[in-house]
Amino acid sequence: MALLQTTATLFNKELRTELRSRELITTTIVFIVLVVVLFSFTFDPTSTESRRFGPGLLWLAFLFAASLMLQPCFLREQLNDTLSALRMASPDPFAIFLAKLAANTMFLLFTELLMLPVFAVLYNVPVWHVLPSLALVLFAGSVGICVAGTAVAAISAQARMRELLLPLLLLPLLTPVLIASTEATAALLADKPELRMDWVGFLAAFDLVFLTALWLFGEFLLEE
Amino acid sequence: MKKNVFAFLVVLMLGWAAYASFFVAPTENTMGVIQRIFYLHMPSAIVAFCAFLTTFVANLLYVFRRQNRWDWLAVSAAEVGLAYITVVLITGPIWAHPVWGIWWTWDARLTSTFVLWLLYVSYLLLRTLIEDPHRRALASAVYGIFAFLDVPLVHMSIRWWRTQHPQPVLMGGPGTGLDPQMKIVLLYSFIALLSLMIFLVRQRYELEALRGEADALRREAEAA
Repeated sequence: MALLQTTATLFNKELRTELRSRELITTTIVFIVLVVVLFSFTFDPTSTESRRFGPGLLWLAFLFAASLMLQPCFLREQLNDTLSALRMASPDPFAIFLAKLAANTMFLLFTELLMLPVFAVLYNVPVWHVLPSLALVLFAGSVGICVAGTAVAAISAQARMRELLLPLLLLPLLTPVLIASTEATAALLADKPELRMDWVGFLAAFDLVFLTALWLFGEFLLEE
Repeated sequence: MKKNVFAFLVVLMLGWAAYASFFVAPTENTMGVIQRIFYLHMPSAIVAFCAFLTTFVANLLYVFRRQNRWDWLAVSAAEVGLAYITVVLITGPIWAHPVWGIWWTWDARLTSTFVLWLLYVSYLLLRTLIEDPHRRALASAVYGIFAFLDVPLVHMSIRWWRTQHPQPVLMGGPGTGLDPQMKIVLLYSFIALLSLMIFLVRQRYELEALRGEADALRREAEAA
């Protein structure tokens, strides 16, 4: 219970920090739009071609956007020397991770849902009829990205060249997420939409494995 | 003295394994001579996995015991494992080109080996970018644990997705299996390569221990 309470308080703090500046969400949105536009030059964006390349393009854009978006979550604390204060204030260090990862997932999901109609219009791929299933896939995938990403952000914040290091550490870890969410999205955007529960289940397993690992080993990353 | 004897034995075993794979093992029926690279390829893959398993165990031990030697062992085994996996990635295409007609294909086992290689390159890269030895040990140990947990997930996801690599020839069910003589040669190479791995990890460990001590002394001198 104490864990949830601390998490909720810290989550509020993350939310308030973001709402004051709105830096993260705006830059991420601009970045995703940029990627989606630039990708259109790499193949002929007709309806059939988009169905083939679209899901992968979308998830690659989300993956790269996330690796930018996750950057400040520990860096900010470190630059302002607030990490020690956070650690002293929260009885369980896992709460810090949980709050950050919940906030990151929320921001990422929010930008993804905002970008979905843009993608659908620009690439001529209808998404409305499968929106609830697609939201499930987006959720499972984004949780996976943010669980691994929050841990890696805590690691890379301690290193030199951290801005470069975070994607280098994170992207190979996220290969399974990229494959599973791309496959699930492709099945939903196909002519006969289908919710592939095997891939969604796989994503859930990934989320669970890394959440457990974060719970077991995360606290060591916050040591002085 | 002990080290030199061991080194001599390793050289002998490697020589014998090389001789056996060229002259003792029978020539394979359909693939011909090129199949002999298998005696280097497959044992190297298994030895690499043993090395990464060592890294994982050493990472866990470091996190819980905080003794420098586990950190030294982790980095030594990871480096040697990376060398072996590089051998696997190079010998694979040399075999594949005449047999499959292509150097590389994005098949399950090839792709997961490649991702494995990337994960441990990132692990070693992370280590070079953190100055403080304690921080470096802890952060890289946690990343190493995450990377190792990721390996089965990577493999499963890619396996569901596509596969072309020959099915396991040992214990692979009916219709598979090796000529008894081939099996013995395979065992020779495995033992030789495993001994080489142990020798290299020992050497590398000693080097890392010396480096650690030198680093500690330098810090002490700077502080004084």
